[in-house]
Amino acid sequence: MATVSEFTFSNFIKSVLWLLFWVLMIVSLIALPILFIVLFYVPPPVINGVEINPYLLLTMLTNPQVGAPLIRPTLDSLFFRIAVFPGFTFAALFATVLIFAERKFLAKMQLRVGPYHAGREAFWWANSLGGFLQLIADLLKLLGKEIIVPSGADKPIFWAAPVVLVIAAAGLIALIPVAPGWVIADIDVSLLAVFALLGFFPLTVLLASYASNSKYPFIGGLRALYQLISYEIPLILAVLPIVILASTLSLTGIVEAQYAYWFILLVPIGAFVFFITALAELERIPFDLPEAESEIVAGWLTEYSGMTYGLIQLANYIKMYALSALFTTLFLGGWMGPEFLPGVEVFGVEVLSSSETSGIFWFTIKTFGVALFMILVRGTNPRVKIDVLLRAGWSKLIALSFINVFIAVALLYLGVVGVGP
Amino acid sequence: MSGMGSAEGIPGFQIEGKGEDGMDRGILTLSVGPQHPGSGHFRLVVKVDGDIIVEALPDPGYVHRGEEKMCEYRNYIQNIPHLERPMIADSCGILYPYVLAVEEIANIPVPERAKYIRVMMAEINRCIFELYWLGIYGIFLGHSTMFMWPMADRELLIDLAEMASGARVTHAYFVPGGVRNDIPDAFPEKARRHLLYFRNRLKEYRDIFYDNPLFQARTVGVGVLSREDAINLGATGPVLRASGVDHDIRKVEPYDVYDELDFDVVTMKEGDSFARAYVPWLEMYESVEIALQALEKMPSGPVRTKLGPNPKGAVGEAFKRVEAARGELAYYLVSDGNPRPYRVKLSVPSFREIPVMAHLLRGAKLADMPSIYWSMNYWPVEADR
Repeated sequence: MATVSEFTFSNFIKSVLWLLFWVLMIVSLIALPILFIVLFYVPPPVINGVEINPYLLLTMLTNPQVGAPLIRPTLDSLFFRIAVFPGFTFAALFATVLIFAERKFLAKMQLRVGPYHAGREAFWWANSLGGFLQLIADLLKLLGKEIIVPSGADKPIFWAAPVVLVIAAAGLIALIPVAPGWVIADIDVSLLAVFALLGFFPLTVLLASYASNSKYPFIGGLRALYQLISYEIPLILAVLPIVILASTLSLTGIVEAQYAYWFILLVPIGAFVFFITALAELERIPFDLPEAESEIVAGWLTEYSGMTYGLIQLANYIKMYALSALFTTLFLGGWMGPEFLPGVEVFGVEVLSSSETSGIFWFTIKTFGVALFMILVRGTNPRVKIDVLLRAGWSKLIALSFINVFIAVALLYLGVVGVGP
Repeated sequence: MSGMGSAEGIPGFQIEGKGEDGMDRGILTLSVGPQHPGSGHFRLVVKVDGDIIVEALPDPGYVHRGEEKMCEYRNYIQNIPHLERPMIADSCGILYPYVLAVEEIANIPVPERAKYIRVMMAEINRCIFELYWLGIYGIFLGHSTMFMWPMADRELLIDLAEMASGARVTHAYFVPGGVRNDIPDAFPEKARRHLLYFRNRLKEYRDIFYDNPLFQARTVGVGVLSREDAINLGATGPVLRASGVDHDIRKVEPYDVYDELDFDVVTMKEGDSFARAYVPWLEMYESVEIALQALEKMPSGPVRTKLGPNPKGAVGEAFKRVEAARGELAYYLVSDGNPRPYRVKLSVPSFREIPVMAHLLRGAKLADMPSIYWSMNYWPVEADR
């Protein structure tokens, strides 16, 4: 017969010791051998001609002078760029902060409080932040949910679609320069590459909706296809004057061309069209018809659950970061701004120059501001209808884009601005 | 776009029988509800051809609870709490005609002060209901701020109702012979303050919601209900008045003290979803006006006629109707002289909007479904009773 044992202190101590025993057993018998085998067979990374082995790492801890010259080469290595700073971790962190800011900001607009409890009492400084751990809680919730695949679903495509979306969104951030020299892939045609990557989304969304084998996702997928394709054209046309004025397709070149005037001052109509089309690309209110819950449940996301849904949301917010960053790069002068921040020095070795720290600062601030504007639109507008959306996209926005191109050409022809950086 | 109205006017969109495989040819059948974020406890079988709805079949009955039968097993006083349940957002409105009918059948006099309190509470409750409805209208169209604001402002009026009756939502405040208890001494001052604040607040709804071009693009010219159709299909309440019919039970057949108060009946000619959203907003101004007047003119005195422990109705019948927030709400009461009613029949406005909804949805676009459905002021729980 099962009995419920009462709590006694000796039992508690016994269980703690028992736990400790098993942890030590597992560490010494499994984890340590695996670690040593890995260290034995995997060659250590070589940075700046120095082999980074565990002993060197220990030496760095005791004598920072050894490690300091290696910091800059580490920052310059492709792995760090892709994985950490202008790359995925930065974008994901930015997206996380953005989601939290969105929830708080919207709550303020709507006479609410927003996330309040999670993490409030965890740290003494967290009291004023109010619920900043809510996103962690949401993430844990999504991780804990069962992923339900509809019985008639096309399973490989159904599983692949969220991953492809995240990859395509992450591909966008590789092209965006955040500071002088700080870009993962500094290619000559990065603007074209951005549009090539944006072209992945409608296709993936359609595949995801079709693979779900359900009615509402199907309608949502068709809507998304209409919307994304018809807004891609004004999106490309809106940046055409930028290319004319900067005479380059490289995003770095476009930023450098704005050393005197930001392009939003020269072609404000283009900035307006770009902003509207970016909202439509992101499927955000007022253009969230593919996910209109009162009509088609959750649109093409209906059958996604758990972490597949989480991945799609992650892709959406990374895309939001990428498009805000693109707006900053194209119209708001990218990293340009007064260089008032000092550089970063670690034990006498300059790791980041003054222009780099200031560039990162200005870029982040501007991008965040653009993203907040996108959130503001969400708080004040209802959803539009598909016919209104298509008519606005195909007639008004394209017409505005052409006017915009003429303005840019006129500016050049009249000699108001010169060509190129 | 001229795709509204009946399907007969649209060439090529009739359902032309079945295909060889027994399936509707090119028609996608969607079951909107009862498990759907935009349906409530209600199912709407929608057949769409592309983006056009060719047919919409309302399927109510998921939340039928037999309110009418329940009434036959309880006495007149016991019936009060459960009769509120079909429409707790407008609990005074749904109880009002029952109380009036019982007073007529049992011949109970009502003190003058109680009549004013009832009118005031009914109007405050109308505002509480309209705010709830308006908030959901907002979220149906994707306007999340318009969901939050009315829900927050509704609290002010709920506070008033709580102060008077002791309950926030289901007040059970109206009883045969008056109201359950008198309002507190501090009530008139607080009510005046809250109502005036609320009236100022209504202007901001227009700024953020009604004047929004995107909201207008979604609702103006959508689901146009002509005056003739509105009358023939039996529409009622704001739906009827938005189609230009000047019909309000408060004016046509004044009950309690509505004939002593000065207010207007709001009508609009357009009959589209925008008008059906705008009329309740204008009516809230009138409701605030009525409530303030009732507070002003309220005499002092008792608020309730003392009844025996188990009041009996005389043999006979009574038919009473009031203008609830959703339209005409009528009770038909038959008594055989027992303490319990022999038969109670509710005629609820929500049920009367079902044919109108089916009529308007035919030929509309799928994206117009939320705005048409919600502008009908249809509440599944009330319709099923």
